[in-house]
Amino acid sequence: MNRYDYVRPDTVADAITALANPDARALAGGTNLVDLMKYDVARPALVVDINRLPLKSIEVSGDKLRVGALVSNSDLAWHPDVQARWPLLASAILAGASPQLRNAATTGGNLLQRTRCYYFYDPSTACNKRAPGSGCSAIGGVNRIHAILGASSACIAVHPSDMCVALAVLGATVEVEGPQGQREIPFAEFHRLPGDMPERDNTLQQGELITAVAIPAPQFGSHFTYLKLRDRLSYAFALVSVAAALQIENGTIKDARIALGGVAHKPWRDVEAEQSLRGQAPEPRVFEAVAQLILRDAKGQGENDFKIELATRAIARALAQAAAGMPQNQSDKVIQ
Amino acid sequence: MSVIEQLHVGRPTSRVDGRLKVTGKAQYAAEYSTNGMLYGYIVSSTIAAGHISSMDLTAARRMPGVVEIFTHENRGKAAWLDRKWRDDVAPPGHPFRPLHSDRILFDGQPVALVVAETFEAARDAASLIAIAYEADPHCTELARKRNEAYVPPEKRSGIPPPPDPRGAAEQAYADAPVKISRDYRINPEHHNPMEMFGSTCVYEQGGKLTIYDKTQGSQNAQGYVTSVFGLSGDDVRVVNHYVGGAFGSGLRPQHQLFFAVMASLELERSVRVTMTRKQMFHIGYRPDNYQTVSLAADRDGRLQSIMHDAVAATSHYEDYQEAVVNWSGLMYHCDNVKLTYQLAKLNTATPCDMRAPGAAIGVTAMECALDELAYELGIDPLEMRRINFAQKDENTNKEFTSKALMECYRAGAAAFGWERRAQQPRAMRDGRQLVGWGVSTGIWDAFLQKAQASATLKQDGTLEVATAASDIGTGTWTILTQIGADAFGLPLEDVQARIGDSSLPMSPVEGGSWTAASNGSAVQAACDALKQSLFKLATKMANSPLADASFDDVALEGRRIFRKDDPARGLAISEIMHAAGLSELTEQGKVSPSLIQMMNYISYTHSAVFAEVQVDEDLGVVRVTRVVCAAAAGRILNPKTARSQILGGVVMGIGMALHEEGMTDHRLGKIMNANFAEYHIPAHADVEDIEVIFVDEQDDKVSPIGVKGLGEIGIVGTAAAVANAIFHATGKRVRDFPITIDKILTAPPLS
Repeated sequence: MNRYDYVRPDTVADAITALANPDARALAGGTNLVDLMKYDVARPALVVDINRLPLKSIEVSGDKLRVGALVSNSDLAWHPDVQARWPLLASAILAGASPQLRNAATTGGNLLQRTRCYYFYDPSTACNKRAPGSGCSAIGGVNRIHAILGASSACIAVHPSDMCVALAVLGATVEVEGPQGQREIPFAEFHRLPGDMPERDNTLQQGELITAVAIPAPQFGSHFTYLKLRDRLSYAFALVSVAAALQIENGTIKDARIALGGVAHKPWRDVEAEQSLRGQAPEPRVFEAVAQLILRDAKGQGENDFKIELATRAIARALAQAAAGMPQNQSDKVIQ
Repeated sequence: MSVIEQLHVGRPTSRVDGRLKVTGKAQYAAEYSTNGMLYGYIVSSTIAAGHISSMDLTAARRMPGVVEIFTHENRGKAAWLDRKWRDDVAPPGHPFRPLHSDRILFDGQPVALVVAETFEAARDAASLIAIAYEADPHCTELARKRNEAYVPPEKRSGIPPPPDPRGAAEQAYADAPVKISRDYRINPEHHNPMEMFGSTCVYEQGGKLTIYDKTQGSQNAQGYVTSVFGLSGDDVRVVNHYVGGAFGSGLRPQHQLFFAVMASLELERSVRVTMTRKQMFHIGYRPDNYQTVSLAADRDGRLQSIMHDAVAATSHYEDYQEAVVNWSGLMYHCDNVKLTYQLAKLNTATPCDMRAPGAAIGVTAMECALDELAYELGIDPLEMRRINFAQKDENTNKEFTSKALMECYRAGAAAFGWERRAQQPRAMRDGRQLVGWGVSTGIWDAFLQKAQASATLKQDGTLEVATAASDIGTGTWTILTQIGADAFGLPLEDVQARIGDSSLPMSPVEGGSWTAASNGSAVQAACDALKQSLFKLATKMANSPLADASFDDVALEGRRIFRKDDPARGLAISEIMHAAGLSELTEQGKVSPSLIQMMNYISYTHSAVFAEVQVDEDLGVVRVTRVVCAAAAGRILNPKTARSQILGGVVMGIGMALHEEGMTDHRLGKIMNANFAEYHIPAHADVEDIEVIFVDEQDDKVSPIGVKGLGEIGIVGTAAAVANAIFHATGKRVRDFPITIDKILTAPPLS
């Protein structure tokens, strides 16, 4: 861990000014950044503590939910309106980390958390995400937690968030503010695939700060689930997770949304596959078919080959849960 | 033993140190501070083999607050002779010497120590040290070294090598009607106690050292320090009052101790050195291993042949050994047995004892294999174990001092409801969850070690008992207090135990499940001697009401000694002390194993472990919904702390079955998941109902106080019971531990 300067601005404008320094990092809950600093993966010259910024409110206006960037994962998950109307979001948040971490971690920070790739965390190894151009040690290495979709020859890391998988299904918008002013980024365009620039996890521009996440009205009643499969029943990153939501009318699927976690550099959605469900009956044969479709281009790296089959089965099960209106319970770990 | 009713021993008693621990007042090694203390930060190698070609310390030295940087080029004075570096539990070989030379023997090897005025400065400076290496080829992959495995030429003290073969195992195997031969592997595990390794070395006037160390043996650590640095025992005191877990990793002195003392001596300052969690993955581990178990039986299930071969990892510099296969020759009756145990060298740190070393992996393989054989035979797996019950230790031809294992089977099965089990795999389910029940036997040594203690009566009639034992969370503080309290009929608050200090009476390291039996018996002996002395003083007093009493006529209670037949006739202890002109009265006690008895008898702790799992039919997700562990462990001093011991062992066994695994990138020779996020141990959600049963077991030979010890038995057999339950649920045998989702998913289905 290195020495660094520290500022604690009171306004978004001051924070953005401070973040203009390319060696500055914003500190919110610190659940990831502090670890990265301890491992010498992040060595910021300036830490901009944004915890005093007025970004801590949860606003429900009409059918829309707007979550300030500094709202903690716990406060968001247990908010009565979120529990009642956006239970998929609550469920995904509660599937992640531990209560202590969720108390500290923030909404904006959750979007910006870095991968859990082992090599990214070990500065003595080659990693294009950490040290661009140094190579990817995970390819051919210990990679059972790595990507099966959308990876590149430069990087096979996955995004570790649970919450973001739900946000992908919910069609959220990320509100950001930066030197050029404010803008909104559709969630699907927020995180990016590694390509040949894996050091970039997302499409934020230099100096931009997430201020809020906006989520439109839900349209699928009780036909949703967040199913997370991992190496232990709590406090582990997903091997594969599935957020699924269905609109069912008169016994047929009117609309479907499916996002996968733990399989790609970003929450993975396949709109074409989702659309293939329209007009179909919500039954296992259909779910298995769409699962196959979503994984059609999946590629294993050796140790993670199993994820292709696991993801296929997880999608089918998640859709079955959603169709039955029996979302996965994150406290009782029994999978229905 | 006390002649009056046992008020404390045998009763569920809360920890006497519990309040201190939960209020943060119990100080651990890295929590001691002194004025002007310096902080050391260890720099670790990033290659697995080779040597350091250059180190650039320029930027690090410029860091404000840095006092010194030690490397192999300026390491402080330390012993030259190899044997001076050997501690009490060292395996054969050449003990690792930090900063001894430019050679790199394993990834994560300490290569420098930065000492600074603050921890932060030391850590920051450490990150600025640039090291260039010249790498040699390395191998961390046991599979590639199996063909070079060897029988260790020098045996590790205290570890019995496999017994000589008996009967004709190969022939019996060939001739038997029912047989199986299976390969098992248990991936390497890391101890990961909650408390990080740390040493605070307080440099006192005249160069005397008081060292607060995280260790399972203050006297072992003290002996190491005096030997390595050529110091007198009078000048070095090691204190380990509280130890936040260790599981064996604190048996040997770890290198933060060397660094704290070396820097302290060189700089003539007090120094604290702590390890990071990541560094704790490079200080010894449960070795990687491959095992083959071949079993044959007649059609009634009687074992005709047992063959168990193990190859386990060790380092290039020491031959770490543990008893892996021996258990297979003594758990069950069988006339034809052949057991082999070999080592293979890898570029890793030397493995070290980890909870039930040897048994935890060896018994897992044996108990899974026995389960497989039971299915081949169509015999209930529990019945299979009863059929082959061993009446004596057939490895050594000795009688057991006690073995209430049949009662463990009965009581455990009854509590679990085993009789309702369907024999066929995949026959029980709950919705989409396949339900399986598995069983395993557990076994561990019941050792008595040489130990000494003192017991001291204070003028006010309160008692102090002392021995250099350690309490790594096991309850040692409490049981020694209970024993002292019962000896003198005192309430617990009138007894002060003193442990965790090398200046106290001689104690072995806290390991092997021997502390309660050994140190407990020594305290009992000291108390018995002290009672005799007190009684003599009492009878010698003028007009003593006990003048005509014999020792057997008297009892102690309420800080008095009195006639049992007339409690009014007696004396307050304070009166006796006053009359004798004593401020305190001390006696010593000691125990050592009886060599004569050991010629004919041997002692083990036993258990029967029953596990229920639910496995998702499609997804392979496992939940361990119930475990019943019935243990026969002699006399139970404190059912509350005893139960905790078993609970912890069972949880660790669940971890072995499902979670724990150090993952190495063999191209780099590096452990990649060296942190608590990625090295998985069971979380609360992974632990459901665990029931602990202690069956009645009287044993007047195992130790003077009839105690066997409980530190290890909870883990032994648990992983096998879970694995056997997974087979029963799914019809899939996974023989590669931990049994993760991917292995269940890809295992071939029941044919």
